[in-house]
Amino acid sequence: MSSEFKLPALGADMDDGTILEWHVAPGARVKRGDVVAVVETDKGAIDVEIFMDGVVREIVVAPGTRIPVGTVIAMIDAEGAAAAPTLSPTPTPSPAPAGEGGGEGSSSAPPSAERQKVSPAARRRARELHVDVEALTGTGPGGAITVEDVERAKPAPEPSPKPSPQPSPAKAGEGAEGKGGMREAIAAAMSRSKREIPHYYLSTTVDVTPATEWLAAHNATAPVAERLLFAALIVKSVALACRELEGFSGFYRDGRYEQSPSVHVGVAVALRGGGLVAPAIMDTADKLLAVLMDDFRALVTRARAGRLRASELAAPTIILTSLGEASVDAVFPIIQPPQVAIVGAGAVVERPWVVDGKIVPRQVLTLSLGADHRVTDGRLGAQFLARIAARLQSPASL
Amino acid sequence: MDRAELARRVLSLVTGIAPDVDAATVIPGIDFRDQFDFDSMDTLNFAIALHRELGVDVPEAEYAQLASLDKCVAYLLPRIG
Repeated sequence: MSSEFKLPALGADMDDGTILEWHVAPGARVKRGDVVAVVETDKGAIDVEIFMDGVVREIVVAPGTRIPVGTVIAMIDAEGAAAAPTLSPTPTPSPAPAGEGGGEGSSSAPPSAERQKVSPAARRRARELHVDVEALTGTGPGGAITVEDVERAKPAPEPSPKPSPQPSPAKAGEGAEGKGGMREAIAAAMSRSKREIPHYYLSTTVDVTPATEWLAAHNATAPVAERLLFAALIVKSVALACRELEGFSGFYRDGRYEQSPSVHVGVAVALRGGGLVAPAIMDTADKLLAVLMDDFRALVTRARAGRLRASELAAPTIILTSLGEASVDAVFPIIQPPQVAIVGAGAVVERPWVVDGKIVPRQVLTLSLGADHRVTDGRLGAQFLARIAARLQSPASL
Repeated sequence: MDRAELARRVLSLVTGIAPDVDAATVIPGIDFRDQFDFDSMDTLNFAIALHRELGVDVPEAEYAQLASLDKCVAYLLPRIG
């Protein structure tokens, strides 16, 4: 019994990807969680893990092909069933490359004898330049089409930024335009969010002096590799609040909300040179602060190196966006569908504060919440923010 | 290790943390933060790398002295063996 292995969801703002390489070949035994392929996206190269144990029967989509999320990219024989005869009356034919426009650009299709011979580099360049290789006459060995043939056939230069609202498949293989691609992806996801989700926003300013003092004391004695960032305290506080109150950590799909049984807090990571990505720290609420910090550090490093895992991008049940580095007081964050809430944190700043009737300097932080009115109201949202704030008052219990 | 060698080592640690930064473009007198958005996570990773590679344990309270390449060299030179 063969199973289809599809290109998994890569988060709200990524609809497609280009297979860069396969780490497995037909016949390879795979375990759930193994990285089997690397996919290039607008947000860098993503490691794609497999969701099942089994044996690779067939690689359906070859490297270099841009495909939408959900496309079957490989066929896997479930463990133990590999040798079993197929009982299905119509044995699965090697599926033609799925997805739109399977013809053009699907380098996985074995080229038929009549088709033009095209070097892989030329095919790639042709996609970049939107040149139809079938219409060209090759000058290479045996009449093969070369990169130069493609360059010669290139249409008149386009105005530099991508002009039309081209559908994404046209972006195949773009390199230098990667940042523009990310900007488009973010814009599309945020437009969808604002169109579909009736947001409400709340904010509260919290005296976090006890937490900053606790943190400074911890970091003064901890070995450098065990020091914590304030953001880690917020991440953990958010995760614990998600476990206490329903309606903020989950997904809204097909007209209904589903609370996620596990809390995976996504952390918005700004990428140098623009753009951002929000991968999840998995099972955030269950992790000791030290472990959470290690995972957080590794996640940011991989996000900036462009080596996230597909599961990390699809997993967040809620996101924390911290703009403390940018020295703003507060963030009014936009929800990433299908999530239903996002927490914002501004900078921790020293401000005059009233404590026991006296004005004293305190370290304060403004927390904000963008949440989905289809699921919760401001009253519950206020309680949610209060829970996060309360957790930050007792950092040692995190 | 002389000043120039130290500057080279520090620069290679910085670009190790921020692989998207071109070492040739780093201006020694300008803060990393202003040049390429070095943030608190980068600074922590930098402190960890300095400890690992140069054996210097920079307390958190002194991170501000690691803000630019020039400041790093001035701070680290008397502290390395």
